[in-house]
Amino acid sequence: MKKLINAPEAVLADALNGVAAAHPELKVDHVNRIIYRGTPTRKGKVALISGGGSGHEPLHGGFVGLGMLDAACAGEVFTSPTPDQMQEATKVADSGAGVLHIVKNYTGDVMNFEMAAEMAEAETGVKVASVVTNDDVAVEDSTWTAGRRGVGVTVLLEKIVGAAAEEGRDLAAVTDLATRVNAAGRSMGMALTSCTVPSAGKPTFEIPDDMMEIGVGIHGEPGRHRVPLAGAASIAQQLVEPILADLDFTKGPVIAMLNGMGGTPLIELYLMYGEVAKLLEKAGVKIARNLVGNYITSLDMAGCSVTLLKADDEFLKLWDAPVNTAGLRWGI
Amino acid sequence: MTAGTASLDQLTDWLSRFRDLVTEQQSYLTELDSAIGDADHGSNMTRGMNAVMEKIGAGGAGAVDELFKSVGMTLVTSVGGASGPLYGTFFLRIGMTAGAATALDGTALSAAMRAGLEGVVARGKAEAGDKTMFDAMAPALDAFDASLAAGDDLAAASSAAFTAAVAGRDATEPLTARKGRASYLGERSAGHLDPGATSTALLFEALAGALAKG
Repeated sequence: MKKLINAPEAVLADALNGVAAAHPELKVDHVNRIIYRGTPTRKGKVALISGGGSGHEPLHGGFVGLGMLDAACAGEVFTSPTPDQMQEATKVADSGAGVLHIVKNYTGDVMNFEMAAEMAEAETGVKVASVVTNDDVAVEDSTWTAGRRGVGVTVLLEKIVGAAAEEGRDLAAVTDLATRVNAAGRSMGMALTSCTVPSAGKPTFEIPDDMMEIGVGIHGEPGRHRVPLAGAASIAQQLVEPILADLDFTKGPVIAMLNGMGGTPLIELYLMYGEVAKLLEKAGVKIARNLVGNYITSLDMAGCSVTLLKADDEFLKLWDAPVNTAGLRWGI
Repeated sequence: MTAGTASLDQLTDWLSRFRDLVTEQQSYLTELDSAIGDADHGSNMTRGMNAVMEKIGAGGAGAVDELFKSVGMTLVTSVGGASGPLYGTFFLRIGMTAGAATALDGTALSAAMRAGLEGVVARGKAEAGDKTMFDAMAPALDAFDASLAAGDDLAAASSAAFTAAVAGRDATEPLTARKGRASYLGERSAGHLDPGATSTALLFEALAGALAKG
């Protein structure tokens, strides 16, 4: 394992020190491993909190700031944070208007956030609502399984719902919007390589040079299928087709994200975006806005994911609203 | 019935042995988790049980409920992931059910662990055959009860529980996961032992060790 670290067990603490050094506009609670905005939540504004395992940067800490999150809880690499962290963030970020927890659908994340919401409501009476994202079409949805994973839509949701919270919408309205955004988005990911979790010291899985994994999540895990490596046009097709088969994106504008998994250079991400855009045009899907880059990553995994979100005028207006975070910044 | 009792020292020894076993098997647990999960089960369990032993090593727990509530809360607040809330809930419920006793007889220990299992099910919503820790824990408790009912003492009952947990663990290998991160692999999860069931077998190995006769 070759990594820019001091020691595997110190990765998270050391990284949070770096975040604090780089972003004086943020407040970092090193004990509870929470990143807050530098200024307290405005009175009457619903607070948005997310969190999850580390290793997905810039998600979530990179999305704390004006127009997006109020706080992000960082767990160990690929391990959800603990309920006491989320409870603390909930207590601190609440301005009296309530708190929305944005949770990616993973067993651990859901259980820990549930416990946190129960604890926060019982102890402090803070009103907590939550939305669980589950946009990954690689996973068959069924009541008998853990359900679809929450992936790329989480990024778009934090932006859109963050803008709505800045507008002063109340907790019920913000929660309703979050539910609608999640329902309107779908994602599909692929990997050329696995990644190396620092505490494990070696790649999570081995894969020959002529093979790739289709249908991966964001934890360096194998995907649904291992198939022969193909050209970018074919890979784009293998990602876009299952998304379009799952939801009709031809009825209105969409926001498209071509997301890197952390170990793929931007030149390849743009190349892939070009292929995806071609396919979408052929399928009659109109891209109104796009994002190309590393937004929800899987450490040093090479690969990418495609996320499409059906976006009406309301979503587009909120998408275009000012945002000022380490990971997304425009309109300022 | 001369089943004997598990003293506070023996129950503490259970936890200490569990810590030693997950530490010893850390790489193996992580390896299993790499195959069908996200490669952190070994390090998470080791971090959690080390935090537990640091907390209770300072002593001070005067009764079973105090001990296990402290163990449960420490796991919930130090582990994260799925194993934090699940193992944490297991021990919290043991504490809540056992009450302020200073020792547990077989019936009381069984009732406490049953409550722990119910807590795990309530939190994780797992059923038999989902390829989770449930598949090792449920048969272990059944074997524990059957052994006690047959008139065995705690040493024999906990040894029977360990044997059943190992069999339950091994039976997860061909299963397709329906809960937890392994479920995302669908049929590709078959052919691997479940990491959670594997650490649960260690939990009962630790119990059998702590309650073994003299």
